[in-house]
Amino acid sequence: MHHDRADQMSEDEDDHRSPPSDLEFTSSEARNYSTVGSGSGSGSGVPESQAPYLDQVLDNVLDNVLQFLTSRQDRNAASLVCKSWYRVEAVTRSELFIGNCYAVSPARASARFTKVRSLVLKGKPRFADFNLLPQGWGAHFSPWVASMAKAYSCLEKVHLKRMSVTDVDLENLAKSLPGFKELVLVCCEGFGTKGLAAFVSLCRQLRVLDLIESEVADDEMDWISHFPEGESCLESLIFDCVECLINFQALERLVANSPSMKRLRLNRHVSIGQLFRLLKIRGPQLTHLGTGSFSLSDLVPQGDQEPELDYASAFTACKSLVCLSGFREIVPDYLPAIYPVCANLTSLNFSYANINTEQLRPIIRHCHNLQIFWVLDSICDEGLQAVAATCKELRELRVFPIDAREDSEGPVSEVGLQAISEGCPKLQSILYFCQRMTNAAVKAMSKNCPDLVVFRLCIMERHRPDHVTGDPMDEGFGAIVKNCKKLTRLAVSGLLTDKAFSYIGKYGKLVRTLSVAFAGNSDMGLKYVLEGCPRLQKLEIRDSPFGDVALLSGLHQYYNMRFLWMSSCRLTRQGCQRVAREMPHLVVELIGSNWEDMEMDDVAEKLSMYMYRSVEMPREDAPDFVTIM
Amino acid sequence: MEMERSVSYESDLNFKATELRLGLPGSDETEKQSTPCVRGHKRASSEISEESKGSSKVTDTAPPPAKAHIVGWPPVRSYRKNCFQKNEGEGVGKFVKVSMDGAPYLRKIDLGVYRSYSELLKALENMFKLTIGAYSEREGYHGSEYAPTYEDKDGDWMLVGDVPWEMFISSCKKLRIMKGSEARGLGCSA
Repeated sequence: MHHDRADQMSEDEDDHRSPPSDLEFTSSEARNYSTVGSGSGSGSGVPESQAPYLDQVLDNVLDNVLQFLTSRQDRNAASLVCKSWYRVEAVTRSELFIGNCYAVSPARASARFTKVRSLVLKGKPRFADFNLLPQGWGAHFSPWVASMAKAYSCLEKVHLKRMSVTDVDLENLAKSLPGFKELVLVCCEGFGTKGLAAFVSLCRQLRVLDLIESEVADDEMDWISHFPEGESCLESLIFDCVECLINFQALERLVANSPSMKRLRLNRHVSIGQLFRLLKIRGPQLTHLGTGSFSLSDLVPQGDQEPELDYASAFTACKSLVCLSGFREIVPDYLPAIYPVCANLTSLNFSYANINTEQLRPIIRHCHNLQIFWVLDSICDEGLQAVAATCKELRELRVFPIDAREDSEGPVSEVGLQAISEGCPKLQSILYFCQRMTNAAVKAMSKNCPDLVVFRLCIMERHRPDHVTGDPMDEGFGAIVKNCKKLTRLAVSGLLTDKAFSYIGKYGKLVRTLSVAFAGNSDMGLKYVLEGCPRLQKLEIRDSPFGDVALLSGLHQYYNMRFLWMSSCRLTRQGCQRVAREMPHLVVELIGSNWEDMEMDDVAEKLSMYMYRSVEMPREDAPDFVTIM
Repeated sequence: MEMERSVSYESDLNFKATELRLGLPGSDETEKQSTPCVRGHKRASSEISEESKGSSKVTDTAPPPAKAHIVGWPPVRSYRKNCFQKNEGEGVGKFVKVSMDGAPYLRKIDLGVYRSYSELLKALENMFKLTIGAYSEREGYHGSEYAPTYEDKDGDWMLVGDVPWEMFISSCKKLRIMKGSEARGLGCSA
């Protein structure tokens, strides 16, 4: 008897060591399990010499050994060895990672993995962040809550990304798991302060509540007051994205009652005066702090600017602080308050702080240990030069546009990029928004920063060439894939021809995630990538001239990938249907209402195709505007 | 459709996009300009200058399609985009402090919420429980002892209402409701 391919599905991961995932699929088809070592008949996944010994290993010995395997790649590999290992691995896996909530059903997951303590679940494709996916598409948490309530009595941690979560879900989660400890919601929506209130009042063992970049409806509910009275075991409270007023007195009480609190990120309705009061209580223990507005509150006694605020000493007690963010409505005059902590910071997020070069300089000068820096382009190229001069340990840089329109001025350019590449040789990850760029600067970065794993360049004006030479940006990106041997994630922009894609296909052997927009000339572009990049997992493309021929050239690859997204390209309904017919374990979704009105061979210019591997039948919760092929 | 344009450059030079015309942007129905004309003009001229620069390369690279407003581009999450529209003072969410002579507390209002002077003044009247009176260009505010003033980008104190609303929104840094003789002194051309 053999396990069908369903159970061998490898889960994509974000670390660097994924085994080639086609192994899981081909070996499962060839597999013919037998309990007595059958040598050559046991399928390509089983080393010959081990087959006779496997059935001698006692389950409980295996159990003890497999407890030590924590990485899911290792566990996936171990589960393929034989039936016995598969069974024991399933029972000992405590952290379950599901990269696409529609790839496997809650029932199947809980049938296989019975003792899960921690669940990571991801939903919508990333382009949903940019309004390319209509509301109501799916990724509902509800069926998972229902299933987990039954199956996992020891579930204590849930981490969701881009899922649709309702108030009822939160309440049910808390009700069914009284010992629940950790909830992390990243880019989620569908719930409000009402759900939060219910959740925090029911979860008496809550350690972590992290709401990150999520949309939280304002039900005018004072959710902070709903935390239980008395001593709390809260270690982390992150609510900087919650756009609702909060009851500060209740927050202050909560912080005072939480001796284990290490991470606190406030929303913009907490003033600088209120922040300083919280730092007096919890400052020395905090490792992660989000400052809130970093500005005065709305109601200030006229004529005096809160004279009791001691800007100089407020942060001196924060000896444990390594990660600082917030500054949501910053008054730059107050920035010197953070001088005492700069030298210890490894992570600084100024990406909501509208500050210029001169305001940045005195701060960044002290930040020699900085590894992660997020900032707005308001600091200009000169600001980046200042960063490059001091932050020699920098691993990750993100430069966001303060004016995110195509025709904005663009205060940073290739000058800033070049400076960073020269000053920060340990750079591993960069996200850079700009209006002007040159191939030369990108090439320089490819040579100066050999450790680059993530390179995301967004030249905001579409089809923009090298602004000095007028050439396409092909050579710059080519240099990145060629010289940065560890590169796994790439986002391209600017004027790009098929040549750029030929470079990616030729050199980007480790690329797992690729984002393409307004690029390429013809089907060849996409073909190069699908044929050349064996590790490709996530491919998202918009507004590029790739059609059915290109789509059909990737059939060998699609089961190895988590998903492919193509919107406003040159696909036809016919092409999509063909893929769906040839690949039964691929779900091909056409998104947008006019796919049905179209003729089979009409080119669908404004519509989207989202396709993903799945061991289930196509989902039944799809809304009207989704057609599943 | 702009998609067709970017594809067709493999076969032709896409004359339509490079055509120099005297018409306003938006007069060609395939150029979907949902943004105001001012920006459209700016773009049109920069496109023209780019054409002349890049003309030797025109066979390899196509001229860019019309810069209509594109959904989800640049790829910045709406939460982030909205935060900064606030601070720029161009849209919703521009907070300024309001002081009133004789009042113990400052207030803060969001200028972006109002669409005209009359809306703003009515809100101020409600907030401070007073009447401000009628504005006239020559004489300022009369009919009450209060006059609304504001500090602009250059640090000058101006009478609210003197400049067009849009200009006021982008240059106003803080408001002050003056009372008494000082108020009456404003607005009279000395």
